[in-house]
Amino acid sequence: MIWNALLLALREIRRNLLRSALTTLGIIIGIAAVIIMVTVGNGVTAKVGEQISSLGSNLLMIRAGGRGLSGTAVKPFSLEDAKAISQQISHLNAVAPSASKSTTAIFGNKNWSTTITGITEAYIIATNWVIGDGRDFSPSELRSGAMSCIIGNTVWRELFEEQAALGSKIRLNSLSCTVVGILKAKGQAFGRDQDDTILIPLRSFQRRIAGNQDVSMISVSVDDGFATEKVQKQTQQLLRDRRHIAGNEDDDFFILDTKEITATLTGTTKILTSLLGAVAAISLLVGGIGIMNIMLVSVTERTREIGTRLAIGALEREVLLQFLVEAMVLSCLGGFLGIVLAVISSIIISKVIDVPFILDLGIILVACAFSAAVGIVFGYFPARRAAQLDPIEALRHE
Amino acid sequence: MSEPLIQLKQMTKTYGKGLAAMQALCGVDLTINSGEFVAIMGPSGSGKSTVMNILGCLDIPTTGSYFFQGIEVNTLSRNQRALLRRHYLGFVFQGFNLLSRTSALENVELPLIYRGMPTAERHVRARKALDIVGLTGWEDHSPAELSGGQQQRVAIARAIVTEPTVLLADEPTGNLDSARSREVMEMLCAFNRDLGITIIMVTHEPDMAEYAKRIVHFVDGLIASDTLTEQKP
Ligand SMILES: Nc1ncnc2c1ncn2[C@@H]1O[C@H](COP(=O)(O)OP(=O)(O)OP(=O)(O)O)[C@@H](O)[C@H]1O
Ligand SMILES: [Mg+2]
Repeated sequence: MIWNALLLALREIRRNLLRSALTTLGIIIGIAAVIIMVTVGNGVTAKVGEQISSLGSNLLMIRAGGRGLSGTAVKPFSLEDAKAISQQISHLNAVAPSASKSTTAIFGNKNWSTTITGITEAYIIATNWVIGDGRDFSPSELRSGAMSCIIGNTVWRELFEEQAALGSKIRLNSLSCTVVGILKAKGQAFGRDQDDTILIPLRSFQRRIAGNQDVSMISVSVDDGFATEKVQKQTQQLLRDRRHIAGNEDDDFFILDTKEITATLTGTTKILTSLLGAVAAISLLVGGIGIMNIMLVSVTERTREIGTRLAIGALEREVLLQFLVEAMVLSCLGGFLGIVLAVISSIIISKVIDVPFILDLGIILVACAFSAAVGIVFGYFPARRAAQLDPIEALRHE
Repeated sequence: MSEPLIQLKQMTKTYGKGLAAMQALCGVDLTINSGEFVAIMGPSGSGKSTVMNILGCLDIPTTGSYFFQGIEVNTLSRNQRALLRRHYLGFVFQGFNLLSRTSALENVELPLIYRGMPTAERHVRARKALDIVGLTGWEDHSPAELSGGQQQRVAIARAIVTEPTVLLADEPTGNLDSARSREVMEMLCAFNRDLGITIIMVTHEPDMAEYAKRIVHFVDGLIASDTLTEQKP
């Protein structure tokens, strides 16, 4: 009986090819819109997460200076602060004090203005940098404050045009500095080019460039699997004690937790994704109503035909099933084509706006179920109407 | 099977209610045996189509009863009547009522699909029926591509493809010229004679009624006369 209904429904769809195609279009667009929104939204969320984790995983960034405390002089950290953190707080993977300054780097006849950061051996680990070419600073370079540097990918491109750079000498603040390594590119994070950087030993930075012992930032990498919140609290208390901040005074430094930022930002993109998905779902509903409309029109238009079928001996439920199957075939076909369209466009959109393509199988299943449901729900009413026609009335129609 | 194929007992049919009520049939007694070829005649509005609808189990009488092979049709449900139509009755409608944009073959196949016949057998039967009505080679044409006479023949093929017990035809020649009408009548005679199909036909034209073995005249919802025609040699 189902096969009969399917056979009859398919013949009916073939008879009205254009109308069927237009009906299906509503579902195609609805399903495709939902899947594209969700897929691209997931891609954006993933990209945000990626960017944050490229700053360093499980990272706390501690900067000197209060929030919005302009006017008061910023009291920097010292190497001792960093040492105290690494000694008194457990579950830390790396504690990396650093100081930085904007400067112009010169090689041959090329100038490039960039940021120079003085680092210790913990910095590369804490911030997830990878040395692409050359080497890390040796312990003796770090101890003695040698004029060696590791350059970021952008600096390499701008000064050396991606040609051999290892061993070359560049000028920083009129000091000559030997390139010993090139960092692997990390890309953009929140509009800032992370690869536009030059790293030198912290001791060299303090002695030759800054001329003081200041540390402007301490990056603390927490061991995997340990809550950064607890470490953050402990570090805050430790620094307050060391900086003699009274109980009622605000911090004169702040601690940024990358995990927290990740949660906030991905939360925002997720909300946006579901919002857009919901808007798209409305278009799916409209598509469903389109099916109902067409099926109702076709019941009226085909009244005589339904009368003929009934007179020939079609049972009520056979007519019902035929119309229902017709609506289901249309909506499921629309669903299928919508999924295909959505996957193709999502791949293209992801490429264009440079986010990863992440296909959520769940949303595809939901789309399938929804398009079948649309067929049943919006097909049922017209189908019942067709089935309940009185054969004589139907035959006399027109 | 001594009982008659069709038996109408004091059957009335009233359309509408109250003041607007319209009595289309006012107590009809009619018995038709297996193998008969009956023509129903009468002026317009005399209740011919009404009686055909009831005979075809599309409608039920208001009072009185209709026995089909001894079964009282009034007591059957809508679905049971549909099954009765499916398995025992063939219809030729006045307006053909073919499915548009559907090939002649698919039109003829339709009743077989509802009978649940396998595809291969269905095709063979439908082609044979089209062959009987002389439409070999027209299987793939849609009604729009066929002449009125050809359409009527497709409608006849659709009615006989199931080899029904009774063939009901409401003005089967109403839309046809006299040459085509004769063709159709010859065909009906052949089915009656060769296949033993009982035929009940409504017609306005005395010429066409001549082909039947029995003529029933309706006037104002009552049978005015019921005569046997003298058979041609
Ligand atoms: N569905 C209906 N509702 C109300 N009245 C109806 C209905 N069908 C038929 N009638 C009335 O019943 C009477 C008999 O109609 P019927 O169709 O049986 O006539 P007929 O003999 O077939 O006429 P014709 O030769 O014109 O086809 C007519 O007066 C008609 O108006
Ligand atoms: Mg009539």
